[in-house]
Amino acid sequence: MPEPKLSSLHPGDSAIIRAISAEEGLHHRLLALGFRIGKEIHLIRRAWFSGPLQVRIGMTEVIMRRSDADKIRVSHQTTR
Amino acid sequence: MKCIALLGMPNTGKSTFFNRFTGASARVGNWPGITIDLMAAKIPLGGKVVRVVDLPGIYDFHGFSEDEKVVRDFLENNQVDLLLIILNGAQLERQLSLALEARQLGLPAVLLLNMADEAKRAGITVDTEKMAAHLQMPVVWVSAKYGDGFKSASSVIAKALAASPPTDPAKLRDNLRADDEIEAAMEKIMDEAVQIPKTMPKSMTASLDRILLHPLFGLPLFFLIMFLLFQFIFTLGKPMQDGMAWVLAQARNLGLEPLLASVPAWLQGLLLDGIYNGVGTVAAFVPVIILFFLVMTVVEDSGYLSRAAFLMDALMARLGLDGRSFVMLLMGFGCNVPALMGTRIMRSRSLRLLTMLVIPFSLCSARLQVFLFLITAIFTAHAAPFVLFSLYLLSFATALLTALLFKGRFSSTEPFIIELPPYRLPTTRQIILRAWHEVRHFLKRATKFITFGVVAVWVLTHVPGDVPPASAGTLAGHISAVLAPVLSPIGIDAQLSVVLIFGFVAKEIVIGSLAAVYGLEGDSLMGLMAQKLDWVQAYSFMLFTLIYTPCLSAVATLRNESKSYAFMWVSIAWSLLLAWVVSFVFYQGARGLGF
Ligand SMILES: Nc1nc2c(ncn2[C@@H]2O[C@H](COP(=O)(O)OP(=O)(O)O)[C@@H](O)[C@H]2O)c(=O)[nH]1
Ligand SMILES: [Mg+2]
Repeated sequence: MPEPKLSSLHPGDSAIIRAISAEEGLHHRLLALGFRIGKEIHLIRRAWFSGPLQVRIGMTEVIMRRSDADKIRVSHQTTR
Repeated sequence: MKCIALLGMPNTGKSTFFNRFTGASARVGNWPGITIDLMAAKIPLGGKVVRVVDLPGIYDFHGFSEDEKVVRDFLENNQVDLLLIILNGAQLERQLSLALEARQLGLPAVLLLNMADEAKRAGITVDTEKMAAHLQMPVVWVSAKYGDGFKSASSVIAKALAASPPTDPAKLRDNLRADDEIEAAMEKIMDEAVQIPKTMPKSMTASLDRILLHPLFGLPLFFLIMFLLFQFIFTLGKPMQDGMAWVLAQARNLGLEPLLASVPAWLQGLLLDGIYNGVGTVAAFVPVIILFFLVMTVVEDSGYLSRAAFLMDALMARLGLDGRSFVMLLMGFGCNVPALMGTRIMRSRSLRLLTMLVIPFSLCSARLQVFLFLITAIFTAHAAPFVLFSLYLLSFATALLTALLFKGRFSSTEPFIIELPPYRLPTTRQIILRAWHEVRHFLKRATKFITFGVVAVWVLTHVPGDVPPASAGTLAGHISAVLAPVLSPIGIDAQLSVVLIFGFVAKEIVIGSLAAVYGLEGDSLMGLMAQKLDWVQAYSFMLFTLIYTPCLSAVATLRNESKSYAFMWVSIAWSLLLAWVVSFVFYQGARGLGF
């Protein structure tokens, strides 16, 4: 079974990034924002009407669309 | 002359540092992507004059968006003697990569860890010596906003500048291709030199976000906040505007009239009734505009704009735009030109074009002056703020409608990922710098466009001199006779139609030239407008003014940024058409309902 997508986390969940399957440009931007395999990521909130997600990675908070979050696979979810 | 360039990721305080370091007034905002062009200033440093350049933010040297390309082009084509790399000291775990890239590329650099204040609050400590040894470049803590660490930074910079050989742009071009190893080196330094606490200290930002980004209340709160801000500007601005108008009238009665008593009547008419009244009527709004920009500065710097992007993205996505487009619309409230340039942060051309197509509908501060003038003249003090707010809502509505209609032609799959900065309050210094910047901008426009437009309108309405001013016999009368079939169905009369032609150049001309047409200013001009127009006509005129076109500068920017005349003409034609249709529906509808 493939690992869950980042977009499937619930607010308050933490997970570890396992794979990033984005095209060149997005991949670069993600790397620069601190998205690296093995790093812990924390989902803070989800906007309604399938709006963006707010996540924290290290000290950086980022908002991203669900469709982009779909490209990031994370390990099994833990709830803090 | 030696050249220093500021380099860093977006929103790390480069422009703030630049302003403090050089005494210039680059625009600062808590939004990644505020600096889109190069800013340069010359300052004395270590006994010599050096040039300092503020570059747009880049995430790394291999970026692909327009703003990142600007940086790369600059570095590949200019010899730079020293790079000042500015990182957010509270986000080193990801930003350090930029310093490592610079080292790998062999660029002479000093590393400034900015936001010392925030890093300290977050409990982050850095062994700068260890870091400097790893990076082979000096490392200094500063707080660009509050000025801490500037003395030592300045001397470190001066020393490094004296020692370093300049960059070799040609070699840099080659080297930029190789960028391995960065990941590993970064991790190593983070491990050895930086300590970050395991859990984040409870921050104000998190608590504020819980309220302001609330899934249900976030959006209503956003509109409430907007409304209150405009109410605030309106309530406080009105007496300021009255006071300024009074001062200008006194200056005319007591100073200029006696002084010009001996010049010929026509010249006196042109100078006093034309230019002075025209420019003066516009100048009366300067205090309100300053107030407006003070509020804008606080909003832009607060970090709330990125929250607005979060709140609106779901809606914007359905219109083919994204949260950043919405933020550009909000920035357009100040002036459409920087908002149009701000679209450079978008990589997809379609998304950029679609956003540029909607920005001109954003109710900019120049249009605000026209509306403040007419609303105060025609509506009761009680109704006024609501009338103004309705125009802001319509400005959004027309923008969104445009996106909806055109999204099919400009479809894109651009990812939407932006940083969410913590909430920040600007310092008084930042606020004042910004306000001063805007006043200067206004004075520049005043001398360039407004005087020209006012004189032109005065001439059109006063030549030939043997018929009453602004009557059917004047040049203006002939022009408006041609336009009448188009403009009378939307309730716009002859004099107003001439004014609208010049409003195309700059909206400030609209009220300036009304003053020139009638030779009146301030209260007496407002009184006359109230006599001439009922509220339906006035609102129809305002709708048309809001939508029909931005100003000449915005049109020129649109053409430059899109690099397409066709796109520019589409934008102009569409806004003219939409303006007419909206005004027509409103005017005939209201008349049909018996108003
Ligand atoms: N707390 C704090 N905020 C800062 C500091 N320097 C800049 N800022 C804020 O960071 C934001 C981004 O600044 P700006 O100069 O526009 O960044 P740029 O995009 O790198 O040019 C603004 O809100 C500044 O007021 C600092 O030393 N401490
Ligand atoms: Mg900047």
